[in-house]
Amino acid sequence: MIDKRFDLAAAVADVKDGATVLVGGFGAAGSPIELLHALFDQGAKRLTIVSNNTGSGNVGLAALIKHGRVAKAICSFPRTANSTVFQDKYRAGEIELELVPQGTLAERLRAGGAGIPAFYTATGAGTRLAEGKETRRFGDREFVLEYGLRADFALIKCRRADRLGNLVYNKTARNFAPIMAIAAATTIVQTESYVEAGEIDPEVVVTPGVFVDRIVTIPNAAQESTLVAAGASYP
Amino acid sequence: MSETTQRSMGWSRREIARNIARDIPDGSVVNLGIGMPELVASCIPPDREVLFHTENGLLGMGPPPQPGEADPELINAGKQPVTAIPGAAYFHHADSFAMVRGGHIDICVLGAMQVSERGDLANWSMGEGDAAPAVGGAMDLVAGVRTIFIAMTHCASDGTPKIVERCTYPLTGAAVVSRIYTDLAILEVRAGELGVVELAPGVDFATLQRQTQAKLVMPRVPRTA
Repeated sequence: MIDKRFDLAAAVADVKDGATVLVGGFGAAGSPIELLHALFDQGAKRLTIVSNNTGSGNVGLAALIKHGRVAKAICSFPRTANSTVFQDKYRAGEIELELVPQGTLAERLRAGGAGIPAFYTATGAGTRLAEGKETRRFGDREFVLEYGLRADFALIKCRRADRLGNLVYNKTARNFAPIMAIAAATTIVQTESYVEAGEIDPEVVVTPGVFVDRIVTIPNAAQESTLVAAGASYP
Repeated sequence: MSETTQRSMGWSRREIARNIARDIPDGSVVNLGIGMPELVASCIPPDREVLFHTENGLLGMGPPPQPGEADPELINAGKQPVTAIPGAAYFHHADSFAMVRGGHIDICVLGAMQVSERGDLANWSMGEGDAAPAVGGAMDLVAGVRTIFIAMTHCASDGTPKIVERCTYPLTGAAVVSRIYTDLAILEVRAGELGVVELAPGVDFATLQRQTQAKLVMPRVPRTA
């Protein structure tokens, strides 16, 4: 019988040093705080993190970066008003940055997850972010070759999940989660609530269970924005 | 502080937003950048229905929530709490940027650090080596949205012209800007020239040209405020 439920610690136990980990969330919305803190406790280091931002305050992703666990960030906007953690590490030369336009980042994940090795996009053509990349003209426009992105793990958050891994999200906390779920070898989900198979209408399933490997039920999950506003720090 | 009393001549930030809103047709789907562009949402004339897209996954973005009603999982691209209007839709980032990159968004309003006379836009990096660069969705928006409006002050805070022959900051996109709305004028990028559509009250062409590094062209019949 298929049952993807895991305990929190067990869900992230096999993340190895040097792994590439996709982390859902846009700003604080959708940030899988409990999974990130479990990964912190687990101890993996030299991680490559793929995420739109680089965390806020001193919790979650920012805590991993602050404590030197992240070797490289692939992201579109490594800045937040309330955190200098990434900037400090970057200035000190202690973290590598691959800056990717947000839509290109999304499409690289979608393509990677769909088995498409590369694609052409007009985004970034003629700019510094296209330097050194292959370009090709289609019609009267220049396009840039970008590569699909796959990872070892994805850590994402959803609102409801069932035993088979079907997922429904909450508002703009959805953001990167569905395309990270498809792009990771092992997708780990923290869900606000767990329901029986059949309780999610098949017409409204956003991420079908085939893309999900592990489900951890975390009711009343912490909101990253609330933790940051309270000045929280992890550990 | 009243925005209208900050300057002795020209338009206030609110008036710039109003000028942009006036040029957004009924039925448009619009993406607003962070900062001054956000003011445009509240300036849309009441007889027009305009849908706002925010690239973090919402079409049908409404105004900020009432105090105490903010939802940390309902935010805009600037990470500020927003609301969703009746008929709104949520979607993931690949769908959101399919809307952007696939040409499904009609108009995008962005801020700028520099705009060139051929419509090149620089608004993501000062090109300094110190701070980590951040690009977000700006390059996707200018590459994919059909019409790009720029909302900005005509000059930088030190008086340096921001409308230039060639951008010296790193480009966000080449030849992407349609119109520039500043405190001093509304300008239009046309084939090979930068035309003045309208001058702000108290601003004459010679004054405008002095504060613009690129060469401006005055049309025969300019729109008046």
